[in-house]
Amino acid sequence: MWTFSCPIIAYGDYALEYIAQIQGKKAFLVTDKNIVSLGLLKLVTDQLDAVNIEWQVFDEIEPEPSVATIKRGGIAIGKYQPDWVIGLGGGSCMDAAKAIIILLVQPDLDPDAIIASDTYNFRQKAKLMAIPTTSGTGSEATWAIVLTDTEYQRKIGLGTTECTPDVAILDPVMVEGMPPQITADTGMDAVCQAIEGYVSTWGTSITEGPGLVAAKQAFQYLPRAYKDGRDLEARKEMQNAAILAGLSFGNSMAGLGHSLGHALGAMYHIPHGRSVGLFLPYTMEYLINGSEETTAKYAEISSFCGAASGSNLECAKALVTRVRTLLKEINQPLSVADCGIDKDQYEASVPDLIDRALNEVMTMTVSRVPGVEDLGKIFRYAYAGKPINF
Amino acid sequence: MAAKFGTQEWYDIYKEEINNSKEYEEAAKTWEGDFYFITKKGGPAKEAIVGYVDLWHGKCRNAEIVTDIKKYNPEFIIEAPYAIWKRICLKQLDSTQALITKQSKLMTGSRGTMSKIMRYTKAANELTNITARIETEWLD
Repeated sequence: MWTFSCPIIAYGDYALEYIAQIQGKKAFLVTDKNIVSLGLLKLVTDQLDAVNIEWQVFDEIEPEPSVATIKRGGIAIGKYQPDWVIGLGGGSCMDAAKAIIILLVQPDLDPDAIIASDTYNFRQKAKLMAIPTTSGTGSEATWAIVLTDTEYQRKIGLGTTECTPDVAILDPVMVEGMPPQITADTGMDAVCQAIEGYVSTWGTSITEGPGLVAAKQAFQYLPRAYKDGRDLEARKEMQNAAILAGLSFGNSMAGLGHSLGHALGAMYHIPHGRSVGLFLPYTMEYLINGSEETTAKYAEISSFCGAASGSNLECAKALVTRVRTLLKEINQPLSVADCGIDKDQYEASVPDLIDRALNEVMTMTVSRVPGVEDLGKIFRYAYAGKPINF
Repeated sequence: MAAKFGTQEWYDIYKEEINNSKEYEEAAKTWEGDFYFITKKGGPAKEAIVGYVDLWHGKCRNAEIVTDIKKYNPEFIIEAPYAIWKRICLKQLDSTQALITKQSKLMTGSRGTMSKIMRYTKAANELTNITARIETEWLD
């Protein structure tokens, strides 16, 4: 048995007006101070005001939110007792909203104890809405909650399928002002999730469809969105690509690019999308070198995206080249060294990076599971920018 | 000769296999923690079957069938119906997928945390690999 979770998706111009259709009295908005200062919060609260829904804001979410922040949000939501919780912002804010809504029904629960196999029944009290202000994390369509374990400087993946939002609103007005760097970082997350969701060993034909289309749209529209943020067609298509990628990997699993990227991101505080995007071509090469099954799937993506035609191997390699070309087009790092990380410091941290990557579920959901030795080599090759030849 | 699922004989073999596994030892070299693996009453399981496993620095210190569930207070408890355990043990069902789809249930005891168990995904995977190697006489 497997399940596919998906919110109602309101998208396109004026999608925020979907808020007029919701039934409720009090909304609790989970966001960050930057979203407030950019005026994006007001766009949402104007819609709530128009339909006489009271609201309260919790704007304390930091990038890679900690368990302590979620606990503070839990106290605030307990006092307010809303019937809607709205995660407004990037992945951190949306993930935080998913954790905080659970505390509405279990106020004493340690967020660290949110377990995939548990049912919390928070919809008895409130529904969950996600409004992304970036295009890439796909959090608006997934149940995953990524928090930071500050004690071990490690990202912890929590959540239960129940945490899939009821509603996701993709309004281009929320992303048109996104700076190029964030457009590139988050956009690469979408590319990585689309490709990894498509080839995941947990994937099925139900999850492959959204992954395939997401990859095609992201390759086509991410460079345009990066170069001209006011290109609304590109912005809308990147919103679509991000949520489709979320539906794909969120209902299957991500892969090695995410495992290695999580490890690097947690230790060196590199934005999530940038770090997973960096490792994507290296981990694709690793899988191509040892898995005909995944090579064939890369070839399918490659053909669908018009990257190449020919044998599976030729097409798969062309897809890797296409990823590297995209990274260059949007000025993303092609190696760990490009991130400005000191070589000696990095080398000393490789055992810890390996341990973290080895213990990600996403390391087990690929067709060629690396061990300690191969992970060490991939980390070192990626530092130097050397293509994976083993 | 096959060991019957849910018996002390099966758990004795499980303990031996864990202690012979270099892969598990490497993956769990810093792990300290114990489990109840509970097979819920139902179907071929006429009564609940409670297995206690104490894992310490890559080795299994104790693996036993428990008749009084109060005997230990383990950090983690995993509970599933017989059919699900069988699929997990035979590697027909991924143990993480079983949790996500709520076919099995993970509970943290008074000391266990999700962040702790998630740092040892590789070790958990090796534990499942080991069960697949045990020649098992199933109850159905």
